[in-house]
Amino acid sequence: MAMIKTKVDPRTTEFAANAKAMLSQVNDLNTVLKTIYQGGGEKACARHTSRGKLLPRERIQNLLDPGSPFLELSALAAMNVYAESVPAAGIITGIGRVSGQECMLVANDATVKGGSYYPLTVKKHLRAQAIAAENHLPCIYLVDSGGANLPHQDEVFPDRDHFGRIFFNQANMSARNIPQIAAVMGSCTAGGAYVPAMADESIIVKDQGTIFLAGPPLVKAATGEVVTAEELGGGDVHCRTSGVADHLANNDHHALDLARRAVARLNRVKPINGDIREAVEPAYDSREIYGVVPADARKSYDVREVIARVVDGSDFDEFKALYGTTLVCGFARISGYPVGIVANNGILFGESAQKGTHFIELCAQRKIPLVFLQNITGFMVGKQYENNGIAKHGAKMVTAVATANIPKFTIIIGGSFGAGNYGMCGRAYDPRFMFMWPNARISVMGGEQAAGVLAQVTRDKYERDGRNWSAEDEAEYKQPIIDSYEHQGHPYFASARLWDDGVIDPADTRMVLGLAIAASHNREIEETKFGLFRM
Amino acid sequence: MFSKILIANRGEIACRIIKTAQAMNIATVAVYSEADRNALHVQMADESVFIGPSASSESYLVGDNIVQAALETGAEAIHPGYGFLSENADFCRLCAANNLIFIGPPVEAVEAMGSKSAAKTIMAEAGVPLVPGYHGADQSPDLIKQAANDMGYPVLLKAAAGGGGKGMRAVYAEDEFDQALEAAKREARNSFNDDIMLVEKYLLTPRHVEIQVFCDAHGNALHLFERDCSVQRRHQKVIEEAPAPGMSETLRQQMGEAAIKAALAINYQGAGTVEFLLDTQGQFYFMEMNARLQVEHPVTEMISGQDLVEWQLRVACGQPLPCSQNQLKINGHAFEARIYAEDPDCDFLPATGQLTVLQPPAENAYVRVDTGVIEGDEVSMYYDPMIAKLIVWDIDRDRALQRLIQALSEYRIAGLTNNIGFLYNLATTAAFKAGEVNTGFIAQHEQEIFRQRSLDIAYAIPIAAEAMASLREQQALDSANHSSEPNSPWHLKNSWGLPNVQLQLQIQGQRAVFPLNRSRRSTSSTVVSTDLGFDLFTENGYFRCCEVKPNLGENVEDGMNSLKAPMNGTLVALTVEIGSPVLKGDTLLVMEAMKMEHAILAPADGQVLDFFFQPGELVDGGTELLAFEVNENELP
Repeated sequence: MAMIKTKVDPRTTEFAANAKAMLSQVNDLNTVLKTIYQGGGEKACARHTSRGKLLPRERIQNLLDPGSPFLELSALAAMNVYAESVPAAGIITGIGRVSGQECMLVANDATVKGGSYYPLTVKKHLRAQAIAAENHLPCIYLVDSGGANLPHQDEVFPDRDHFGRIFFNQANMSARNIPQIAAVMGSCTAGGAYVPAMADESIIVKDQGTIFLAGPPLVKAATGEVVTAEELGGGDVHCRTSGVADHLANNDHHALDLARRAVARLNRVKPINGDIREAVEPAYDSREIYGVVPADARKSYDVREVIARVVDGSDFDEFKALYGTTLVCGFARISGYPVGIVANNGILFGESAQKGTHFIELCAQRKIPLVFLQNITGFMVGKQYENNGIAKHGAKMVTAVATANIPKFTIIIGGSFGAGNYGMCGRAYDPRFMFMWPNARISVMGGEQAAGVLAQVTRDKYERDGRNWSAEDEAEYKQPIIDSYEHQGHPYFASARLWDDGVIDPADTRMVLGLAIAASHNREIEETKFGLFRM
Repeated sequence: MFSKILIANRGEIACRIIKTAQAMNIATVAVYSEADRNALHVQMADESVFIGPSASSESYLVGDNIVQAALETGAEAIHPGYGFLSENADFCRLCAANNLIFIGPPVEAVEAMGSKSAAKTIMAEAGVPLVPGYHGADQSPDLIKQAANDMGYPVLLKAAAGGGGKGMRAVYAEDEFDQALEAAKREARNSFNDDIMLVEKYLLTPRHVEIQVFCDAHGNALHLFERDCSVQRRHQKVIEEAPAPGMSETLRQQMGEAAIKAALAINYQGAGTVEFLLDTQGQFYFMEMNARLQVEHPVTEMISGQDLVEWQLRVACGQPLPCSQNQLKINGHAFEARIYAEDPDCDFLPATGQLTVLQPPAENAYVRVDTGVIEGDEVSMYYDPMIAKLIVWDIDRDRALQRLIQALSEYRIAGLTNNIGFLYNLATTAAFKAGEVNTGFIAQHEQEIFRQRSLDIAYAIPIAAEAMASLREQQALDSANHSSEPNSPWHLKNSWGLPNVQLQLQIQGQRAVFPLNRSRRSTSSTVVSTDLGFDLFTENGYFRCCEVKPNLGENVEDGMNSLKAPMNGTLVALTVEIGSPVLKGDTLLVMEAMKMEHAILAPADGQVLDFFFQPGELVDGGTELLAFEVNENELP
């Protein structure tokens, strides 16, 4: 393979200014995450631990193989969404190794509103299950939740992708032999009771975990029966009498140990396919990405400089390097796994879309996972391009992306606007994983453009009415639109709503992709049947 | 000289004797039990004879079988080594009756010294100074107790036939006396088939200094200087050295003369050791005479340049002593450290298992290793759990000690718990360096030797954390290399993506936490991975470390009413009745393993519901021994 020769000089003032700008965004991300890692706050955590319970992140740490990495998903979920603070949407999800197997971990955080399910908690839980289902990852649920958040019941209960879907997924994953293991380490009330009940194997902590459809207050209200939580649905009851749970644990550590043992006896062997090689670090430091990406998003740069800091040995064999140059396609390896990389290097033209389509076909044929590095303002507009069928060429690429039955991974490293988002495997195209850099922006179009479009419409109206619209008035009109697009296009806003799987430090891109690709190899890559390409 | 001898022993001493015999062109016959079928001493000998099952009472202690083996193989003499039949008068007679030479003292001398009380009487008559005590034939417990009360506590109970700490108990107060006497007698009965006890004034913090003597059949007697064996635990020697630190030439002469006087008083022949207690005023008292080659004889060899086994062989076939007293000179200083399969942190509980790794330091003019096992061998429950003797020499004590410390840190043993770290810490204490040894040394310096001072722990935490992080990296590499996907980043062990990971460490039994991703510091420590965790040999001592295993709570199914055997062994006595109330800490039953007694104590107030074994039965380590019910009001 050919090693990318960098043209970036880290000693320039421009590099330093870029790096400073990116670093401040990374630092902000880390500050935000630090608060989120504290869960429901000091008091709630103290109350939780005083009962002999481990905090959810401690539970995860103890469940994982010692030292295993943890690919946390959507840590920013529900950030600034609800009137009250709901860190991480009250549920921690991510992938980690348990007894040598990559598993999906779903842990309620009882220190956040009792672990109750807000709409985004449900969405995050379902997203974790979707990842597990797509990548064939065993699921381990560490249950400690009061169930649905009642004030939000209309957004939590009735619809297709609401609470009930959790159990639908459990049943269907179980049917496909994607193991479902639940450890009840606290409350598990009402609908939540089905998490352990639907699990392949379930564990409950004695004198701590409870499973019941209705808690003691509801029972008293309904039938007048007075009963303690332990009598109603404690570990002893469920392991000795009801049979709702299978293994009785003494404490959190024991429950986690039992869960580890449950995974150890799954009799699963990871299907390793493809030409996998030794992992080689890139020739250039990943942290140099900070200086590579311009602080001003409107400035263009060569995306190969990013690729050189992500892929093994900075080796990259480009496909059609001379054609449709605004889309860079090529073969590389990440952590030893072969990948096809599709990266924007400017606006999409008909040629670049056709080149992308061809490349995606190649990867699907060869069963090589695809990595999209998205930095796209959209497809080229204008008479010439429309007449040359840019919509048709774009449609080909969208068809290829939508139907390529290989693992796809998307990182939004800059703008994600308009139909470019579709062609570059945006959320709607089911990438196995999708992450954003803190400098990224996502919206139907750029804020400036949107304000411009809306201002044009308004100006036309003014002119029809024969009125004058001053430049100041127009600017005043446009500013809130620009602000709103900026606000809603920010990665935190996006990640809070689960439009992605998390915002990552650009320097971690290689690690995140490596872990995600390795996890995706738990499912064998299947044959692709493409949809019809408009020629 | 003999042309063929039989060695009625096993382990390192058998190997030791074979080496000298080979150098003297004497053919050797080894004997072996079932457990020793593939033992090193069998491989080293020219011939070998099977003498019975693994238990020593059915093999190495059966004189008839051994004599038979000697007759069958045409051996002219039998070397008994130490322990087993080395001081057994019946065996001496059996040898004589079969025209076999017993390489040791005459039977009369063995008999005279065989009973500690009789020996003291002889020594008193010969004018050798004695510790006050009762050595009478009347063994009524009340009389012995009265004698103890008269001389004042503490006193030391000893089996008259004893040795090696078996059947010995220190008693510090009158109300402990009865129980101690009973236990000592039981142990003595089991070890020597003789429970006659003597009682002596227990000198606090005396030194144990012994004189190596040698006598021949021609009336010659000399001594090969002293050995200081003060550093002891459970009355067993730990580190011995020669010469004794701080010994004056005058005192050496006085003690040497007294020792020769003692030997001559019983017409001794061959190698013998006269043990003395030396108090802080330079007064010494005869303790006992060991009519055999001692475990610690190599330190004498190192400083005298003599081969004591060769001397034994020469004397036994009637030759005169190879030299005279004034030809002997002390050259330099030597230490011997006894390397045992045992757990110093658990009251030196003997350990059994396979020596999966056994790599002693390289031997040279300064370092000598006497051992009877090689890598892959088992340390079984049947015999003494000694793995090796590490002997070092240099021109003075400081340098020799440095050699000892160095050699200990280079000793690699895995597969079973051992005392290397304990020896390392002992040897590195300031007091030991200063030669301030006495029999209470380990107790006096406990905090330092067991590295439990907070100062030591604080020092070790970052080093241990660093060691653990690098061990994890090693594990990551191993797991990667053994997987079909060695490139996967999931093999990493750096807790990537987890904030604030604290390593939970246990250092010398104390818990400590340290952030995983702290910046690395380099140290000159040696890290040795073990089954249970890892050992750290640092500039400031040894630390046994492991990752804290989470508390998984009591097994729900078993509840609290279970008690397990700490190791393989024999059940000796059930000490309470089934169903009768006991208090927390009461002895419920007694096990014997590796010739040591271990009491199983009540975990709480309650009662025994059932005993699963009866006295005399063999029990595997980890087996439930009894069912115990805790009193209701005791439950948490």
